Amino acid sequence: MPAFRIGTGAGFSSDRLDPAVDLVERGKLDALVLECLGERTVAFSHRDRMADPAKGYNSHLKRRMQALLPACAAAGTTMISNMGAANPRAAAARAIEIARELGLKGLKIACIEGDDVSALVPANQPFMDEPGSLADVGMPIVGMNAYIGADAIIPALQAGANIIIGGRLADPSMFLAPLAHHFGWDSTDMPRMGAGSLVGHLLECGMQITGGYFADPGVKDVTKLAECGYPIAEVQSDGSAVITKLPGTGGCVTTSTVKEQLLYEVHDPSRYLTPDVTADFSRVQIAGDGADRVKVSHASGTARPRTLKVTVGFDGGFQGEAGVSYAGPAAQERGRLAADVVRDRLARVHGITKDLRIDLIGVSSLFATAGVSASDAQDVRLHVTMRAPSRETAETMLWEVESLLCCGPAGGGGYRGSIVPCVMTKSLLIERERVTPTLEIFVT
Amino acid sequence: MNNPRRNACRIVRDIAHARAGDKGNTSNVNVWAYDAADFELLKLTLTPERIKREFPDLVRGKVDRYVIEHLHGLNLVMHDALEGGVNRSLNLDSHGKSWSYLILGLALEEGGA
Repeated sequence: MPAFRIGTGAGFSSDRLDPAVDLVERGKLDALVLECLGERTVAFSHRDRMADPAKGYNSHLKRRMQALLPACAAAGTTMISNMGAANPRAAAARAIEIARELGLKGLKIACIEGDDVSALVPANQPFMDEPGSLADVGMPIVGMNAYIGADAIIPALQAGANIIIGGRLADPSMFLAPLAHHFGWDSTDMPRMGAGSLVGHLLECGMQITGGYFADPGVKDVTKLAECGYPIAEVQSDGSAVITKLPGTGGCVTTSTVKEQLLYEVHDPSRYLTPDVTADFSRVQIAGDGADRVKVSHASGTARPRTLKVTVGFDGGFQGEAGVSYAGPAAQERGRLAADVVRDRLARVHGITKDLRIDLIGVSSLFATAGVSASDAQDVRLHVTMRAPSRETAETMLWEVESLLCCGPAGGGGYRGSIVPCVMTKSLLIERERVTPTLEIFVT
Repeated sequence: MNNPRRNACRIVRDIAHARAGDKGNTSNVNVWAYDAADFELLKLTLTPERIKREFPDLVRGKVDRYVIEHLHGLNLVMHDALEGGVNRSLNLDSHGKSWSYLILGLALEEGGA
């Protein structure tokens, strides 16, 4: 049986589009997956939907569909995506509209819903990994979505869908589903569920396995990083696969890029939970198979969890950020003085002391809490961040930082400030029997 | 970490590469020896005790270490190590994506260093 060719066309909500078009046009793919959701992305999408009931799906959907629908139709590639986010129905409707505008007739576009479980979870439901329950949070809930698995996607493939759009489809499940469908793997064949989930796990972050997020000049050099190509997996019926990319694209596929992705966001390598399987990546074999080709095999798995993970999104108020830069002799001393002034005035004049952080970028910011700092920078930036329930409190902080321009230390410049809405997410579990995915298919 | 002698000795980045990921308030950094011959030194260097000792204010919970012997890799799972995690942290890098370089910046446990 020939290998099944599956590729990634997005590994996060704002991933690149042009390499995805190249991949579909030249990759001879059976399936293309666009993974566009993080925990917080769904919560932000719910906020968008609350503001406009026609929104709440991936903001790049229109341009992605315009570019990829014709390419997928021409190549006979099935597209699977969770770009529906908090509103799969509106996303599917938009995709249908675009397909019709492009004159693509007879495309079957599937919409998967049922991941929104907000009506099913009681207020006293405890959280998964921390004390407390929904009722204890005291912030408005914006949405609740269960991670749904391959068993929600396979019926769409069985119905011959060309484009499959859902909401909180679990990342590896979007890859496992077409593999299981194509090879006829049974959902109780746990070694194969594990193997297909490994392919999904390795590909779900797009270029993170083809040289993206990898380059470290001098020790890990990557050729033509700016032209990095998305990954392809050539999967065999036993679940083993070769990870590769299109010839001529930048980046690299090496045993090292595969290893870094193997345990990305994994805790116990022998127990990686998905809706489909408790995957075991602890005995995976990784071997070079020619230039930019790496073979992966020996993933396995045991029974799938009885529960599904649910992400609950809350309205988290606002985050304000503001900064001023100092350069030249004694830049650090002037920056520190500016920090002292801001801290003092926020506390004394405005009573703001909580949920506030002040860093000196160039000296100590990302590693400040770790206690690691640089010492000789002469080009530094005061950076103030705060979280506040109201926009007005965040505005007060921005005003104080901007006031340094006339009232702070000498030579400060380059003030910028911004306020963005925040979400907070928490996780809980729901019995899988209570979650009922639904499928609807539209023909253009 | 701020020991001035540090520049004179080798660091983890000289023998290994790493990537960091986050889940809630837990950070995991996977670390891989380039050369199988250096894996023992890597294991000796990156113990949970060492991580806790180097970053007491950042890594507030326990550190679990998974050893992937046949691939010469370690997975360091650091609990309560993201300043509250992406929901709460006011760190510019609220996901702790840069934590891989905290680990890669540590001095190797070579005799007499």
